[in-house]
Amino acid sequence: MIALVDYKAGNLTSVRKALTALGASFFTPATAAELEGVTGVIVPGVGHFTSTANLDEPWRRAIEGRVLAGAPLLGICVGMQWLFEGSAESPECPGLGVLPGRCERLAGNAAVGVKVPHVGWNALVPPPGTRSVLLQGVAPGSQVYFTHSYAPPVTNDCVAATTHGAETFGAAVERGHVFGVQFHPEKSSDVGLRILGNFLEACQ
Amino acid sequence: MLSKRVIACMDVREGQVVKGVQFQDLRHAGDPAELARRYNVEGIDEVVVLDITATLEGRRTLADTVHAVAAEIFLPLAVGGGIRSEADAATVIDAGADKVSLNTAALRQPELITTLANRYGSQAVIVAIDAKRIDDRFAVYVRSGQTDSARDAVEWAREAESRGAGEILLTSMDRDGTRAGFDCALTAAVSSAVNIPVIASGGAGGFDHFVDVFTEGRADAALAASIFHYAESSVHDLKVHLRDRGIPVRL
Repeated sequence: MIALVDYKAGNLTSVRKALTALGASFFTPATAAELEGVTGVIVPGVGHFTSTANLDEPWRRAIEGRVLAGAPLLGICVGMQWLFEGSAESPECPGLGVLPGRCERLAGNAAVGVKVPHVGWNALVPPPGTRSVLLQGVAPGSQVYFTHSYAPPVTNDCVAATTHGAETFGAAVERGHVFGVQFHPEKSSDVGLRILGNFLEACQ
Repeated sequence: MLSKRVIACMDVREGQVVKGVQFQDLRHAGDPAELARRYNVEGIDEVVVLDITATLEGRRTLADTVHAVAAEIFLPLAVGGGIRSEADAATVIDAGADKVSLNTAALRQPELITTLANRYGSQAVIVAIDAKRIDDRFAVYVRSGQTDSARDAVEWAREAESRGAGEILLTSMDRDGTRAGFDCALTAAVSSAVNIPVIASGGAGGFDHFVDVFTEGRADAALAASIFHYAESSVHDLKVHLRDRGIPVRL
């Protein structure tokens, strides 16, 4: 059973629809205590980093507890940014800190039409020699759908980087069984469903 | 590199896709869910459902239409037409829309842009601008293109951005349904004035119109309806055409 964590940052309809299409068993826990025993945790999210403040101490402890017990964790978009130490979008809100690094605002370059937010389809480029559970069967250069203004850095955990104008950021990360994607797999057609499917497989 | 998006739009009235020429003379073009299924396979990057139903009764069917379309696609889905309140937006978002498109309501109560951006994030809020050339400026039209709002399209796009809009859907009233090509001057004027993506709409008739609006028009995305509805043009062939001319696309 997968827990889809709802911390009131936008709607979960698309993620639910994708999980249903993939045949996943999942629920939205009402309290942190309901995370007990789940085989995987998904922290979705659209909107502002401050909404992650709703994931208070009991939620943080419960999510960390599941990770320590071996359950895979997937953060999507703001949910992924939250796995890092924090974000420049709201420096007063600490991230979970299970991944090293901080998220920064994309600079863009208006003069040459490189806009922020970064909205649309862009390519996943795995660093040379990368092995990834999450991106298994996903061809390098496959495109996925992004919509965001802040992004994580390219760290040692990066399994796919994406370039917007002159900037390259971490689009997918993987550290043991902690996974994060800056894009929206639930809106990324067949490629996105494959990535969510890979996560569900890791939860079995 | 960020791809230029090719967006399919369905104008929906009472649950059925229709397409007008310059906002009138509507022709029947099919079942929304069926079209969505085809777009999903053909490689469309995003789908927009615009409800042009005038009656309250017809409006109730919109949530059903959105739900049926959302069930067919794992792509971004935007919904617009007659969204006048936070409750209207919530109805279509709960039905499966990722973004709402505000037109008249944004002009009448611009604070709605901010309210929705705070609740759902800017990425969920599109401000749609219908513009018409008047002498050497671009005037904003409202109410399905029937009234001059006396506002300037470029200035209104800037304000919409500052109030929290995440994208601008810019329709040329002069070109809509004509297949004479997008209004590149209008699109470039707005796209250069804002830092949020601009979706060009109105006038798509051939592949080179897309080339023009992505280069000369500086559009981030281009929207069309009828050329996709009637399967006259393959989305894949369009994208190959764009790629061959150096325009980044998802293929």
